[in-house]
Amino acid sequence: MEKIDASALDYRSLNEALREAGDCCRVTGCLGQRFIAAGMGGRKIVLDGIPGNALGAYLNGAEIEVNGNAQDAVGDTMNAGRIVVRGSIGDTAGYAMRGGEIYVQGNAGYRAGIHMKAYQDKQPVMVIGGRAGSFLGEYQAGGLIIVLGLHEDGKPIVGNFPCTGMHGGRMFLRTAPGRISFPRQVTASPASQEDLEEIRPYLARYCELFGCGLAKLLDAEFTVVTPDSKNPYKQMYVQN
Amino acid sequence: MKLEGQVRIPSGCAIAAVISKEGKKMTGDTVIAGMVPMHDRSNGLGGGFAGYGIYPEYRACYAFHIFFRDNLSRKNCEEFLKEGFEIVRAEDIPIRKIPEITDLPLIWRYFVIPFGSTLSRLQLDEKEYVVRMVTRINTAIDGAYVFSSGKNMGVFKAVGFPEDVGRFYRLDRYEGYSWTAHGRYPTNTPGWWGGAHPFALLDYTVVHNGEISSYDANRRYIEMFGYQCTLQTDTEVMTYIADYLLRRQKLTLTELAAVIAAPFWSTIEKMEPEARERAAWLRTVYPSLLVTGPFSIVLGFEGGLMALNDRLKLRSMVTAEKDDRVFIASEEAAIRAMEPDAGSLYAPAGGEPVIVRVKEGAF
Repeated sequence: MEKIDASALDYRSLNEALREAGDCCRVTGCLGQRFIAAGMGGRKIVLDGIPGNALGAYLNGAEIEVNGNAQDAVGDTMNAGRIVVRGSIGDTAGYAMRGGEIYVQGNAGYRAGIHMKAYQDKQPVMVIGGRAGSFLGEYQAGGLIIVLGLHEDGKPIVGNFPCTGMHGGRMFLRTAPGRISFPRQVTASPASQEDLEEIRPYLARYCELFGCGLAKLLDAEFTVVTPDSKNPYKQMYVQN
Repeated sequence: MKLEGQVRIPSGCAIAAVISKEGKKMTGDTVIAGMVPMHDRSNGLGGGFAGYGIYPEYRACYAFHIFFRDNLSRKNCEEFLKEGFEIVRAEDIPIRKIPEITDLPLIWRYFVIPFGSTLSRLQLDEKEYVVRMVTRINTAIDGAYVFSSGKNMGVFKAVGFPEDVGRFYRLDRYEGYSWTAHGRYPTNTPGWWGGAHPFALLDYTVVHNGEISSYDANRRYIEMFGYQCTLQTDTEVMTYIADYLLRRQKLTLTELAAVIAAPFWSTIEKMEPEARERAAWLRTVYPSLLVTGPFSIVLGFEGGLMALNDRLKLRSMVTAEKDDRVFIASEEAAIRAMEPDAGSLYAPAGGEPVIVRVKEGAF
């Protein structure tokens, strides 16, 4: 595995070094460089330190693993690939992502999955191990958001106003329905066995990545949230 | 100078702060280090710092830091100052000449004490008198801007990147128990010396990332109480709101937060009865001081700091701790640059104030 010391590099030189490196490299000494691996595909990158905002923006197939926390806008508009964060992430993770997977071991900040979307085989997935901040899945238009609530600070699994403006995709929260208030245009119900089968591969992946038991993870109530087709969001703007 | 509407530049900004709860002194180098990884959040059109506890030898005096356009404005201002204050010391603020900082105004500081006889004649308390004099200078003396006016603290700001501004003002030679910093990326208003952050009045200082959608509503309201917004940057109004609510209305910091970043009515409805009543009362009494639009701010004051996000949390902010020190910044990277081993990393929710005070007697 090639190594890049990022401590004296700005974001542009770091990305140039990444492009010149082989298929597999490790970056040490990250400290706030933005846009790391933006648009990249066909490689695996391991990061030590704190990557800056918009890590893996427009990511197009590359695999990124962060040993630590990441900041805001992880996977902004990513198209394909996988981002794994062994820590927590800031606000607006997966902003408008339209493909690929994001796995976060810890918590997510505000607006995770904002404007996530999907089309045909492009089905983005975000799994958050701990809790998520307010406005989770704001304007979600497609894809899958899963929050596991494995955090231990006693705070709610999600902050205020989840699913505001959600009009597509699905959200799973590892908690019983009824504890969270959702907007009127979505339906929150207990997840069925069939629902859980759908997310099982992603939960298995989470367990494999961060070392926890799948059976224990599944031994809990899950809430599934979908936009309500009888009360579509479009009617907020036009009657058609 | 072009005003809002004549010029528009896209957004950014960075903030950082560090405070020792034990009141231990640090040079400005710590907080400057925090601004380095956030370089790209600014565009070189403004940087600034506030340091608390930096003038212990003049702790009884108000330290006025003033920009003058030329010697004429300095002379006019000095004449005015002599009428109302005993001037204990007047001097150029020491600077380091560096190529990154250009187009300097005259930068002076005055350690002053209001005349007791004047205060008793006007029947004003000292702080109110200082506020009125500062407002008078900023509105009536052409080319003079008081940009710092507290005791045992000072603001240092300029047009430039923050790390350069810190070097320019030789902040490595000042020692304070608390520092705040700002890197500016002006959005709606020109980048000029007076418009750099922090904005200060008495010992209150504000550094701000964001823009205030409610600026004009807030400005109209606060100007009814004698404040004048003269510095062409929205953040200025937040400093006056803090002074008005804390010093004059005697609200607590938590109450100030509940006014400017008031919870939604739907959130208030879900509170416990006592908290609900208090939150509703604050929203009802001070509706014109609700600050809307994105902001993350650090409010500095004598003996402490308060970090606050707008209620929708449209800007990022993290806090962390190490021993007696608490760190606040727009990005975790900034905190790691100040203290690689900082722990208890926390991202405050929208409208959730983080208040840090130095232990009593240690500042």
